[in-house]
Amino acid sequence: MDSFLVWISRFIKGKMMRHMPNMITCVEFEEFIIDYLEGTLSQTDQLKFEKHIRFCRECREYLTAYQHSIELGRIAFKLPDDPVPEDVPEDLVKAILEVTRR
Amino acid sequence: MDKCKTEDVSEHQLIEGVRAGQDIAVSELVKLHGGWMLAVAQRLLRDRALAEDCVQESFIRATQNIDSFEGRSTLKSWLHRIVINSALMKLRSKNRRNESSLDQLLPVFDANDCRIERPWHDIETPEKILLRANMKNIITEKINALPDGYRVVILLRDIEEMSTREVAEALECSEGAVKVRLHRARAALKSLLEPILRGEDENG
Repeated sequence: MDSFLVWISRFIKGKMMRHMPNMITCVEFEEFIIDYLEGTLSQTDQLKFEKHIRFCRECREYLTAYQHSIELGRIAFKLPDDPVPEDVPEDLVKAILEVTRR
Repeated sequence: MDKCKTEDVSEHQLIEGVRAGQDIAVSELVKLHGGWMLAVAQRLLRDRALAEDCVQESFIRATQNIDSFEGRSTLKSWLHRIVINSALMKLRSKNRRNESSLDQLLPVFDANDCRIERPWHDIETPEKILLRANMKNIITEKINALPDGYRVVILLRDIEEMSTREVAEALECSEGAVKVRLHRARAALKSLLEPILRGEDENG
């Protein structure tokens, strides 16, 4: 019974997303994400995108997790590495000098 | 102390010195910029020796082409472009490239075009997550688990903060292709980081 209820609610949701005015499906939402985050969505598409976020728990939570992942990656890479030194090894400097001497 | 914050005047003198082939100028250039260039190369190549080769080649290229540096961009961004291109070339010629498929990591939709996503009752903020032991290494490991083509786009856009146009130029593809690839890479990364974000991983 449970899975039937789930199935039916998804079926109804899918129908609503396809037929409500100014509403997009989750698949279309997925395609808009990158432009939304870069601010290059058209005004109308942006409204549809934001309407879908309000309406759809799955996409709302997915988007949050997606943004958190980007942030995690950024911060993790920007934390100082233990072994990458600020100073260039002297032998590398020498090697470059040797090759670049005319 | 930001070693790269030289005044315009002394940077100009440095460039003139390099143009004139002065050892001391070249040496100074390397000492000023080699550190961050090494870091960039190492992120992309994940190999210290390769990264050093890359930086060496980049400086050779830079000094050979110093005449074509017209000061339209900063010296740093000019060097940045050089080291990125050099690293990408090295990546292309590496034998063991990770070209596995992303498919299992991409989001799932049902027959109604509805997203299937397990409810998130709680999501950890990035800052909190990074407080946990060894998280930086775990996360970089996850990013490195991505197929090379996708890993590179995330590095160039999200870490090196290059624009879509700059990435397209560097990868010799369209901006549209960069965007699609970046989005898929980020979606895959989200899947890989999901246990951590949900607090369900065995670490920390």
